[in-house]
Amino acid sequence: MARGSPETEQTAIGKDLVAASAVPLVLGILAEGESYGYAISKRVSELSAGRLDWADGMMYPLLHRLERLDYIEAEWRKPEDGGRRRKYYRLTAEGQRALSDQHQQWAAVTEALASVWDGMAKLGDGPTPGWA
Amino acid sequence: MSEVDAVEHVDMSDEVQTLDGEVESQITQWRRYVSAHPTVAGADVEELEDHLRSQIDDLRSVGLDDGEAFLVAVKRMGRMDDMWREFASEHSDRLWEQLVLPSGHASGSDSDRRGLLIAVTTAVAAGLATIALFNNVGIISDADPDGLIPRNIVLVVMAFVAIFLVAKRQVTGWPVLATVGAFAAAFAATNLYPFSFVDGHTAALTAIHLPIMLWFVIGLIYVEGDWQDHAKRMDFIRFTGEVFVYYTLMALGGGVLLAVTGGVFAAIDLDPETLIFEVLMPGGAAAAAVIAVWLVEIKQGAIENIAPVLTRVFTPLFALIFIGFLVTVAVTGRGIDQDPDVLILFDLILVVVLGLHLYSLSARQPGDEPGLFDYLQLALVVSALLIDTLVMFGIVARISEFGFSANKTAALGENLVLLVNLAVAAFLSLAFVRGARSATEVERWQTSYVPVYPVWAAFVAFAFPFIFDFV
Repeated sequence: MARGSPETEQTAIGKDLVAASAVPLVLGILAEGESYGYAISKRVSELSAGRLDWADGMMYPLLHRLERLDYIEAEWRKPEDGGRRRKYYRLTAEGQRALSDQHQQWAAVTEALASVWDGMAKLGDGPTPGWA
Repeated sequence: MSEVDAVEHVDMSDEVQTLDGEVESQITQWRRYVSAHPTVAGADVEELEDHLRSQIDDLRSVGLDDGEAFLVAVKRMGRMDDMWREFASEHSDRLWEQLVLPSGHASGSDSDRRGLLIAVTTAVAAGLATIALFNNVGIISDADPDGLIPRNIVLVVMAFVAIFLVAKRQVTGWPVLATVGAFAAAFAATNLYPFSFVDGHTAALTAIHLPIMLWFVIGLIYVEGDWQDHAKRMDFIRFTGEVFVYYTLMALGGGVLLAVTGGVFAAIDLDPETLIFEVLMPGGAAAAAVIAVWLVEIKQGAIENIAPVLTRVFTPLFALIFIGFLVTVAVTGRGIDQDPDVLILFDLILVVVLGLHLYSLSARQPGDEPGLFDYLQLALVVSALLIDTLVMFGIVARISEFGFSANKTAALGENLVLLVNLAVAAFLSLAFVRGARSATEVERWQTSYVPVYPVWAAFVAFAFPFIFDFV
């Protein structure tokens, strides 16, 4: 998923975190409007400034799983301006609910972590994250 | 939303460019490699290929050449093993059902749909023809329908199977002419030979041997005339086993269908006996023959062949029974019944043993070393040969004393045909497990022997009535 090496010095995100964030990311991107595999993976890369590094191939089993869970629905068709047939994915009402649910969970996690980072900053230990 | 649009826009602008031929062929290879895994279905490959091509287009637009763009795009796809594992956990169902029957669905290819159309048309025609014959529709003389009609039905159904394969595989030229000739001769012998009795010995022998001969004639169509090619002969052997298994399964399903039909109509106090026994059963049995052939045609590599699996299960069991029988004969000293009818039983035993031998060969990979299963195979063939030799000595003595009848001669001939095959097969298999011969030589013997069966069957069907005065 890394689209060119990021200009920043920040390291790539660890495997477990990538796996955990994959579902809300994909659902969130599809909440912006329908899209297809390649465009979604480009978008993931843009949003994370290249730090969310998946193998591109892994996007598809994930999309198929979300489709089976009825979070998204798919349709094969040709783009309006011609070209190859593509499989377009779109968020369903069910997926919308799952996304809000994920949103709440992640908000709780980031809130908890924010307190931790705050505490560490007060002790003058470790880096001070810009966003905290 | 606008950002997504922007992303799409970048892709579209490069769509018109064409890749150089070498990269196209590399993409084809990559496609084949990706789809080699059973959990990746046809449409998934298309989706992945679209991703790869979009990536390549983007990379080219930033200045990479085609070859470089391909390499980088493939690298970014990641390790295929990881992806396959994910596909497998998401689509574990695909590991089970890989035989996708063509439907009206957009994903089916034209040739799939054409095959379906030909199969259904031929099956329906075979069913209708059988129902008509079975109920004597349009038969002017019903002088002896009980004897002749079933025999003609078998030939008619086989003719439809041949027609299906000719149409499906678009075979032309001499194999078609040879098949037409063989079927014409078969119909002529069945209906025009002056048999003394319709249920007499030579008439029955002709009725049994014509379908055997015709199946091998259908084989000519199956191999598209390339009958000297040993690999294609082996394919025909595999095809035969799978058709047999599929037909049996369909017959079981058909039995359930008929029972249900009987049950539901009986529930509303209607007796469906005529419908079941005079329409559904004959028509279904005939149509199923074409459908079984068609299913095996479309499945081929998709699903593990069943015949070799059954072989694995039954080879040890048959070997055990035969060895047990030999030990019992040796210990108790009981002689084997020397009634010539026993010959037919032993013909069947040899056919089963030959089948087990053939289908274990058909599933063998070229480089496999001899293993436990090969020893079991050898034990099976050798024990069957020993039993058969015991029987033969007694019976040959008796027959030479009381003279040859058509039945005894045919049974004896069949026994010899199979005995010779298995004796050489046993010799070669022994050499193989001892490392003196290759598995290819064992297989080559079987494929070389294939023409013997139709020649013998044709000889019995056409010549025996003359030799034994149509009795």
